[in-house]
Order: sequence, then structure tokens, then C-alpha cells
Amino acid sequence: MGRLSVNLCGIELDNPIIPASGTFGFGYEFAELYDINLLGTFSFKGTTKEPRFGNPTPRIAECKNGMINAVGLQNPGVEKVISEELPKLKKCFNKKVMANVSGFAIEDYAYTCEMLDKQEQVGWLEVNVSCPNVHGGGMSFGTSPEAAAEVTKAVKKVTTKPVIIKLSPNVTDIVSIAKACEDAGADGISLINTLLGMRIDLRTKKPVIANKMGGFSGDAIFPVAVRMVYQVANAVNIPVVGMGGVSTAEDVIEIMLAGATAVEVGAANLINPYACRDIINDLPKAMDKYKINSLSEIIGGCK
Amino acid sequence: MKQSIYKIIENIPLTDTVFKMVLEGDVSDIKNSGEFINIQLEGKFLRRPISVCDVDATTVTIIYKVVGAGTEQMSEMPIGTELDVLVGLGNGYDLSLAGDAPLLLGGGVGVPPLYNLAKRLIEMGKKVTVVLGFNTKDEIFYEQEFKNLGAEVFVTTADGTYGIKGFVTDAMKDIDYSYFYTCGPEPMLKAVYKASATSGQMSFEERMGCGFGACMGCSCKTLTGYKRICKEGPVMKKEEILWED
Repeated sequence: MGRLSVNLCGIELDNPIIPASGTFGFGYEFAELYDINLLGTFSFKGTTKEPRFGNPTPRIAECKNGMINAVGLQNPGVEKVISEELPKLKKCFNKKVMANVSGFAIEDYAYTCEMLDKQEQVGWLEVNVSCPNVHGGGMSFGTSPEAAAEVTKAVKKVTTKPVIIKLSPNVTDIVSIAKACEDAGADGISLINTLLGMRIDLRTKKPVIANKMGGFSGDAIFPVAVRMVYQVANAVNIPVVGMGGVSTAEDVIEIMLAGATAVEVGAANLINPYACRDIINDLPKAMDKYKINSLSEIIGGCK
Repeated sequence: MKQSIYKIIENIPLTDTVFKMVLEGDVSDIKNSGEFINIQLEGKFLRRPISVCDVDATTVTIIYKVVGAGTEQMSEMPIGTELDVLVGLGNGYDLSLAGDAPLLLGGGVGVPPLYNLAKRLIEMGKKVTVVLGFNTKDEIFYEQEFKNLGAEVFVTTADGTYGIKGFVTDAMKDIDYSYFYTCGPEPMLKAVYKASATSGQMSFEERMGCGFGACMGCSCKTLTGYKRICKEGPVMKKEEILWED
């Protein structure tokens, strides 16, 4: 085991760094830039049962130290993900990948997860019950403990691989939702998805984003992520994947101290395509500075 | 695509709001006319995508309009400033379809990417005609630069203060051409689409997240499927364009 390695739900990762879903496509755009096998793994673009174009444009707004997106789960649908995207991914990535799944009904989640569970390269299923950009579904499952538990149960029933439930921060009591998922059989929790946000163009006096609101991400949300990871990790006995505004090796150490077993990196990939590679390269030096021998020892180290 | 550090060697106003910036650095990944670069600015989260006006062995030239805080910051940068830039983004124009006498139509800050395109087409021996459209005389730039390349140049102004009064399409109807290339605001692209007698290519603009195909922030629907303006675009062929309203 290396200094950087961690174990996520029974699968060994060379390091805890995981590009977050929606910021890394299906990997091959980044594989043109660097060898993506140096990542712990990555979470691929949120996949739904049916193909989706997503929301009208503009879908992006800039903020101080962050951005808002309202892409709306654009993806080719699970069938094409399996027939077209995964074969392309296999050529440039030889590790297990995290399959990110969204849905609009319990049955959609179960169907998509069951299909992806059968794919050899899929190591984990990350079930997104927290997308803020789709109406009538998505986040509504992640905002009540009962609904989140129902999705978890339905997915667990039809899958064999570790199921990680990705939670929304746009709730009053994150702990009760995380616990409900754990009780329903979840193998892990990942958080935080984006915070619901909005910008207004002063010249047009209209929302910048066509969908009006979207998910706020980037450096600015990091303290919220640390807080929620800390709360959840102290309340559940399953691994927590921490994310939200992580952009440096120091951020990785901090969110692991809060309780994260592995760390997803999102918006940072969009402004620096080499962000994850740079973080992995910087980690040993940052660990030396803070007298950390191995990353797995510091998980939840902040009491 | 390549990320590296570029040094500003020129940053001068062409009009009240339009600036020309020349950046020195590794330009080896800039391949086609009509590509763009994505510039990181201090204190701004997202990069600024700007089309390439021209490129030579060691420099890339961009022309940008001050429209917000980011471009205003750019306009104030002194020579010698170093910038983190992603280059080699977007598909660019396909020159192989130009025919003998291509027509290039640019509107406002849609003019710059046509400059390198005109240069390359002329090098290929094409008879290039260029129509540059502006709102008014004070906003005109690069008329002489296009003439210096050897292109036949027409300028239109919406208010008639210079050249032909009207829009680029008013000049277009009297020109014989084999194919067209255009870049400009969407209403202009639509007008050119309707007025054009031949096939052609149009360069589109959209608010982008990453600029290299990762975030799906700038997707659009086309007759040949969903495309990302930053990756499969910004240049689309006339035959594949789907106007949504």
C-alpha cells in the first residue's frame, strides 16, 4: 500500500482523487492531455435511462470563486453509454470506474443501475439523488430521508457492486438523510452536490442562466462541504466520499480530516484540465509539510 | 489542446471598446483558422474564450471587445504580463470546401477569426471577397489589414456613416461567390443563412464553462445531433444548423 492509497468500499484506490461526475465526461477528453490511469478513479457523466439534451443555454454563470451550471444531465442514455462510451473509455482507462446514475422515478434508477452494475469496468455505482437542475425528479429524492432510502433500497435490490448515494446540500438535516441511506443498505455516501444558486444580469435584469437557477460549485463552497462531510462522517459507519470546492492538495487533506475516505474534484477540472494530476503530484509534499505518513490514517482525524 | 504561459507583447485599442492583444508563447497547437483560446484572468473563476485572429511561428493575435469586468481587466494589462492560456480549442473552419471565390462575412467582433482565414485562402490562390459589417464608422477595424492581404473588401455600416449602408447581407447580394464563411452575432448569422446562395460555414458563440468539451455547458442541437460549441464547434456547416426559434 502506498502513502496515498485508500480503500473505498472494498476496492483499493492508488490515491483518493476522483474527478467528479459532470466535470470529466467519459474520461477520454482528458486522456488526450495526460494518462488518466494516475487517478484513483473517476465518476463518469451522470447517466439516465433515456437520452437527454438537458436544459436550454446559457447554462453557465460565473461567480466570485465559483460558477453556476444548469446543464440538466445531458447524456446519451444508459444504452449508448454502455455500447459507445464505455468501449472508448476502456481504451484509455484500465481501472474500475465509478458509474454515476440519475433518474426521475425509482424504477429509472433501478433500471439504469442494474444495467451498469453488469459492466465489468464499473467498480461502484454513485447514485445521484441530488441534481438541482431537473424538474420533477432528481433532487426531490435527495431532500427527504424516506425518498432517499427508497431509491437506495430499489438500487441495492438489483445490484451487486458498492452503491454510493450522492447527497444534496440543499437540505435542513443532512445527517438524517445520510442515516436513512445507510439503514437502507447504502455502501457509501458522497457529498456535497452543488448548492442551488442564481445570478442576475444587471444589463438585461434577467437571470444569467436560461433555467434561472443552477448548481453553485467551485472554491467558494469548500467550507460547506467540509462541514457536511464532518457531520455525516460522524453519524454513519459507511465510507464518505467528500467533494465540493476541492482544488488543492491541502483541501484534500482537510476534507479527509473531516471524514472523507476519498475525494472528488469537480469545478477545478473545468478551469485547469490538469487539476487532478497536479493535486496528486502535490499530495506527498503537502503530507510531508503536515507530518502525515499515509492518507488512510487521517480519515476522520479531526474530532 | 495545450496549456501554457504566454507573454503579452502588444495590447492596443483599435476602437473605443475593441482591443488587439498579441501573445508570445508556444502556438504549435493552434492548427485551424476559426479556433479559439481560453484565457485565465487573475481573480476570475472561469477562463475567457476569445477567437484567434492570427497566428505565426511564435505569437497569437486576438481581438476582443470590452463587454464586462474580465475583458476590461484584459484591456488594462501592460506589456510583459504573463497569462495562463489554453490553446488549440474548437474545430475551426474547413478550407477544403471554399471553391475558387469564397466570400467571408464578419460582423463586429465576429471579424477577427476571418483574418487568418482570409490569409490562408489567399495563400491557397483563392479570390477572396470580404464583407465587414459594423454599426457605425467609429467601430470599424481591420479594413486596411484585410486589403493588405489582397482581399477585395466591402464595409457596411448600419447607420450609413461609412461604406455601404445596411447589413452584410445588403452587400452580399451583389457579389458572386463559390462558398461563404461567416462569424458574428446570431441575428446576423441567421440573416446570412437565409440570404446565402451557396453552402457555407458559420461560427457560433455561447457561454462556456470549460471550453474543451468536459462540462456540456455550451451544447446545442443540430440536424446531425447534439454538439458542443467548444468542441464540435464553434464552426458549423450550413446544412447541419438547426435554428431553435
